[in-house]
Amino acid sequence: MAPLPAAPELRRRHLRERLRTLGFLSPWLVGFTVFFGYPLLATVYFSFMHYNQIQAPTFVGLRNWTYVLRQMPLFGPALWNTLWLVVVTVTLRVAFGLGIGLLVTKVKTGAGFFRTAFYLPYLAPPVAATVAFVFLLNPGTGPVNEILSAVGVPAPNWWGDPAWAKPSLVLLSLWGVGDLMVIFMAALLDVPKEQYEAAELDGAGRLATFRYVTWPAITPIVMFAVVTGVVQTMQYYTQALVAGKLASGVSIGPGSVVQPGYPDHSTLTVPQLVYSLGFQNFNTGAACALSLVLFALAMTVTSLLMRRRAGLLTAED
Amino acid sequence: MTRKRALHWIAVHTTAVAAALFFTLPFVFVLLTSVMSDEQAMSGELWPQEWHWSNYAEVFRTPGFLDWWRNSLLYAGLGTLFTVCSSLPVAYALAKFRFRGRRPVMLLVVSTMMLPPQVVIVPMYLVWAQQLHLSGTLWPLIVPLAFGDAYSIFLLRQFLLTLPSSCLEAARLDGCGELRTLLHIVVPMARPGIAAVALFQFFFCWNDYFGPQIYAAQNPGAWTLSYGLESFKSAHGVNWNLTMAATLLVMAPVVLVFFFAQKAFVEGVTLTGVKG
Repeated sequence: MAPLPAAPELRRRHLRERLRTLGFLSPWLVGFTVFFGYPLLATVYFSFMHYNQIQAPTFVGLRNWTYVLRQMPLFGPALWNTLWLVVVTVTLRVAFGLGIGLLVTKVKTGAGFFRTAFYLPYLAPPVAATVAFVFLLNPGTGPVNEILSAVGVPAPNWWGDPAWAKPSLVLLSLWGVGDLMVIFMAALLDVPKEQYEAAELDGAGRLATFRYVTWPAITPIVMFAVVTGVVQTMQYYTQALVAGKLASGVSIGPGSVVQPGYPDHSTLTVPQLVYSLGFQNFNTGAACALSLVLFALAMTVTSLLMRRRAGLLTAED
Repeated sequence: MTRKRALHWIAVHTTAVAAALFFTLPFVFVLLTSVMSDEQAMSGELWPQEWHWSNYAEVFRTPGFLDWWRNSLLYAGLGTLFTVCSSLPVAYALAKFRFRGRRPVMLLVVSTMMLPPQVVIVPMYLVWAQQLHLSGTLWPLIVPLAFGDAYSIFLLRQFLLTLPSSCLEAARLDGCGELRTLLHIVVPMARPGIAAVALFQFFFCWNDYFGPQIYAAQNPGAWTLSYGLESFKSAHGVNWNLTMAATLLVMAPVVLVFFFAQKAFVEGVTLTGVKG
């Protein structure tokens, strides 16, 4: 029988393992501290300060917080738009993505072509896709309105109408539904064939088969799509900002202060408001207070969804 | 029965064609407009009278356009390299080492992955601009990627979890250190996962608008394609033809990369959703 290792040797091996783990984790440990931990603390600090990025910060107590939450006229619209986009975009994207995913699994002829055609728009860089949609939907020369008026449908003013600007953004997000299509396609192909055969033997129709065979098998993936969709839409920024800027028709140079949200604050989201406060109005304190509101919102949603075990962590964790 | 089959086939394929029109027509209209003459682009007509391919040359002659290309390639190229090199060891430790605190670390990684980047942007900008004097460059965006990226760590870990631990045990028994195991055993086996993460990161950097807007806005010499495209529209006012040509030129590299790396891509997308 081999002698058991002596206690000091064991301790030394433990220490070595600890150091090895630390070594492997070190890039993230440094990055997390420097690029997340520190700025988060600084955000809390600045949220109690008046600071215009020129003079030294001065302590103002809760004034930034009452300003952001009570007085700032744009907070309400920004929060409403963000929540509107989260609910509408995520619902429609998941439903549409599932529909397209189903369609792709049913197509027999030209499956490769259809899959690629459905997926490609997802790859279009957001700014490029937005510029393209501002052109496609512009009321003067846009092909969509040309076609709509040719067939006699009243054409909306899309990006220029506060009632249509958010739906236009939703349309843009539906165009890029390829990510969900691929996820759903993979999930649908993973449903065991025998279950479909059994359902057919039982004489189940298409709807009953979907309800009792397909749906239970893909619910975890639907949950996952909802979670990631909510997280992404809370950060909604680029498309709304670019569409608003371009549709407003104001020529933009560096340093200009075109306030985001055109038309009539209808596309203003919370992240855009953070940008506007911090980098256009140089109101650092209010920007930081609003950042923390966004942080709280995101954390609430995240922890709710994490508790639901949306497949992000394995059982082992 | 066959009649029902045939009807089903027709229904499915009609829907598929309709959906394909929805997804592809925007590209077609953008392409058609991009080769119209200046006057025609303002007219609302759908088909070009003459095909002005020279519009593309004109876009390239726009001052700054080539710089934006160079900057985009620098940001996306270096950013991807840094991300993969720094995230791989972290993901490996989280997937294959057992240690106290693994669960909290995993939770922190997943949480940061979900946070909007705007949450910490104000103080982060102040550090880069006022203390390090690096605003007006892309370095504030590239340097942090050398310290691990939460999303990439998460994806790589998901992939590494699927590798059989027995191979790693064998390497360890042969006296292979962990670093050598990672480089010589894990990296070759994890190539599809690494490729997927690299692609995602490349596209993220290529598409990034918020980052360049914060750090590079005041210096057009540091703009990327994604950021410059919007000002291109502003500068060319109503010239939709040139703007559409530029738009296609910004989309083109991403689409090309996709066709060459389709497999890695699909692997990556399913990795985000199906495994775990």
